[in-house]
Amino acid sequence: MAVTVSIPTILRTHTGGEKSVSATGTTLAEIIDDLENNHGGLKARLVKEGALHRFVNVYVNDEDVRFAGGLTAPVKDGDNVTILPAVAGG
Amino acid sequence: MLVIRRDLVDAMVAHARRDHPDEACGQIAGPEGSDRPERIIEMENAERSPTFYRFDAAEQLKVYREMQANDEEAVVIYHSHTATEAYPSRTDIKFANEPQAHYVLVSTRDPIEHELRSYRIVDGVVTEEPVKIIES
Repeated sequence: MAVTVSIPTILRTHTGGEKSVSATGTTLAEIIDDLENNHGGLKARLVKEGALHRFVNVYVNDEDVRFAGGLTAPVKDGDNVTILPAVAGG
Repeated sequence: MLVIRRDLVDAMVAHARRDHPDEACGQIAGPEGSDRPERIIEMENAERSPTFYRFDAAEQLKVYREMQANDEEAVVIYHSHTATEAYPSRTDIKFANEPQAHYVLVSTRDPIEHELRSYRIVDGVVTEEPVKIIES
């Protein structure tokens, strides 16, 4: 189950500058674990205390995973996972 | 230094005034690597708050895809402060994730005179920069 993961500029230090990488898994959590195996340090930027970091947006295809089960969101072969840091402030 | 057309400055200020007293936010896209802001995109402040802003996540993805398809990037990321000066707050600094972007702040705390300033925010360090406005 291979998916393509788009990596935002700020996290490309973990992927050797690659804009997109491939990962395998059947849920977002498995995808993130697989990412961590190949690109150490990414998981800590995405997951905090067992949940997706509040200020990171993750989408499977066009859907915000926050409304699709978060880390348990299912992914299937050929899906596109996009990571975008929230643009926020005060 | 941020070099920007007058009409884009006017559009940011008008957006900030319109959403006052809530914070307004948006971005100005330009050709990748050009450092030239060209296309303003007013974003929805999902927080609808006078003290906080956050791009609506669904809209952010849509605009991100558009910019990728056009070989654009966010040259300017702007938002307003409605009761304080146009200087990055602690939360602004914490969430600044785009080292290549000019962070523009517009203060609307004065009902007549706005304040507009630009910054680079890299690794938590704020550096103010001059703004050169080109008559358009």
